[in-house]
Amino acid sequence: MDDLLREFSREQKDLTQILHKVQAEYGYIPAQAIRRVAEHLNTTENEVYGVLTFYKAYRLQPRGKHLVTVCQGTSCHIRGGAGVFDEMKKELGVEPGETTPDRMFSLETVNCLGCCAIGPTVVVNGTYYSHVSVEDVHSIIAEYRKRK
Amino acid sequence: MKQLTHPSQLAVWKARILEERPVPKKTVVVSNGTCGQASGSLGIIEALGRELDRRDLRETVGLEITGCHGFCELEPNIVIYPEGIYYGRLKPEDIPMVIEKSILKNKVIDALAYEDPKTGRRYPLQKDIPFYRKQMRLLMEDNLRIDPNRIEDYILAEGYQALSRALFDMTAEEVIREIDSAGLRGRGGAGFPTGKKWQFCRNEIADRRYIICNADEGNPGTYMDRSILGANPHSVIEGMIIGAYAIGAAEGYIYVRMEAPQAVRQITIARDQARKHGLLGKSILGSEFHFDIQIVEGAGAFICGEETSLMASIEGRRAVSRQRPPFPAQSGLWGQPTNINNVETWANVPLIIKRGAEWYSQIGTPKSKGTKIFSLVGKIRHGGQVEVPMGTKLREIIYDIGGGIKDGKKFKAVQTGGPSGGCLPAQLLDLAIDYDNLVQAGSTMGSGGMIVMDETTCMVDLARHYMHFTQEESCGKCVPCRVGTRQMHDILVRITRGEGEEADLARLEELGESITAASLCGLGQSAPNPVLSTIRHFREEYFEHIKHRKCAARVCRQLIALPGQGARPAQRKAKKRQHD
Repeated sequence: MDDLLREFSREQKDLTQILHKVQAEYGYIPAQAIRRVAEHLNTTENEVYGVLTFYKAYRLQPRGKHLVTVCQGTSCHIRGGAGVFDEMKKELGVEPGETTPDRMFSLETVNCLGCCAIGPTVVVNGTYYSHVSVEDVHSIIAEYRKRK
Repeated sequence: MKQLTHPSQLAVWKARILEERPVPKKTVVVSNGTCGQASGSLGIIEALGRELDRRDLRETVGLEITGCHGFCELEPNIVIYPEGIYYGRLKPEDIPMVIEKSILKNKVIDALAYEDPKTGRRYPLQKDIPFYRKQMRLLMEDNLRIDPNRIEDYILAEGYQALSRALFDMTAEEVIREIDSAGLRGRGGAGFPTGKKWQFCRNEIADRRYIICNADEGNPGTYMDRSILGANPHSVIEGMIIGAYAIGAAEGYIYVRMEAPQAVRQITIARDQARKHGLLGKSILGSEFHFDIQIVEGAGAFICGEETSLMASIEGRRAVSRQRPPFPAQSGLWGQPTNINNVETWANVPLIIKRGAEWYSQIGTPKSKGTKIFSLVGKIRHGGQVEVPMGTKLREIIYDIGGGIKDGKKFKAVQTGGPSGGCLPAQLLDLAIDYDNLVQAGSTMGSGGMIVMDETTCMVDLARHYMHFTQEESCGKCVPCRVGTRQMHDILVRITRGEGEEADLARLEELGESITAASLCGLGQSAPNPVLSTIRHFREEYFEHIKHRKCAARVCRQLIALPGQGARPAQRKAKKRQHD
């Protein structure tokens, strides 16, 4: 944590970038990190907590092994994305923002991934799946279940 | 070439790159933007590399990896030069044949060439394909030639020459005058004249001024900014340096959306290269002008596209918007005069300086100049990024370039401007697109989203979709936006469930008008647009949902009759709303 903070200034402008770095390191923002970041920036834990809960990017809980992101953009929506999203919730048995009890999958949504001409789009751990149909959902997830 | 310390070194550098670079007999260009990668371009690149190695062709055949070319629907695709042969929707197993026939034997493989779905005609050359031929690609054409990892490619495309001209042959005032008389207007959506905005910021007396590139492109269905950043990042950096010189700013920020990782990566690489070569930092090109750029990655809040929220976010705070005035030009980042422009606006700047305001102002309509890139997506046959002169008709974009509606369906509406815009029906297909016409028709240009819908899209559901979005993304500071959008969303949810009442339309319109009038920032002020415009143009469809509990597009699930059953509207909830 000390090494991580050393790269940044002690001004508030670095707060969001520090949080990005913390999350990249730990997969989420642990409670102790909030205290350390607040100390580093000479601000309150309240302030850090307030900022990090404002933005969608930061998680306060560790996420599952595989991160499944379903695009909710308008283009994906009218191309059948809503059905894909419902199917994904059924397949994983969780709501967006939640992690499966076996800690294998976390489900998240995104408002647009910027590849709208090939939607509906699903991303698993950074791998993009295009033209996803309701029927594809099971096989995409099965692929990651197999990997364990 | 290391640090450039004199403008003449640009030409020397360019000559040296030309001299040192091998001239292969053929070059294969692979489009490797986000859509390309999602469709398998990495597999194509791997297959090409393998095949070139196997046949020992690395010396004679060049492999160029670029960003997005715009024709996303047919990814992964390649173009073979010098002929310009285009192959789309490739599979790795096609590659040996491509090398064998088109590289070694100069033949076109008919089966892989583009086929016009309407006429069945094959177009082997990229430039002849209607999707490309009917565009005017002033900003995007270079994407075919530039590997975004190599500043040298941008130098070869006359890059940074506009900067040299601005710094050494023009005063700051002259640069502003040039941008102003070109008639460039902000591409982020509001369409404010760029030259005027720069002048306001320059006029403020201050020790320190900032410029910002707004790359927080959040409108769902809109992605030209991240394509520019991913494919030709130096064009944005060059535009920003010129702007900073004109305004008198020494520090710039690029605020880029984290959901576009490729854009973040490429702009960071480009920024570092520009620094290394003396195009950013102290004494740019040996002049007395100093300027540097910081890149700030967003954190997933749509509101940050709004300028006052964006500045709060750069300052590391919760991104809530604030009252204007004071405008950013008067009091922006840390209270200093600040100029914010969108990615596409910045990318237009070098073009204007290089080719002149007179040339630029001849493109477009009397009040909207230049080209605009649109993200043509949805139920369109050829989705992708389309660059056309202002004043082009919707019909030309959707039918001539986009190839019409997918799967033989019928056009129903086109949504422009994202969550701030509206839906335009078939009667408006001959509308010439510019800032003012779109506003008059009840929509906006926005940053250039264009989502095409057919008869299987339910307009009420679409309005609900947008309201859900803005309601979630409202920063929560002002009541009209925070509470109002929630109310509108709840009413729309009821209607799509078959629980609508006749008075709902009037309620939506009344709420919409108050939210527009009373909200603090652009997000709230424009949030009701998708609802109001669909009520305006598709009132019948709302009636159908409310009175007959029917969804003709068969999207609203509770309103679809199952076989053997009549329409089964959801039961009206027993608990009636209090104020009924």
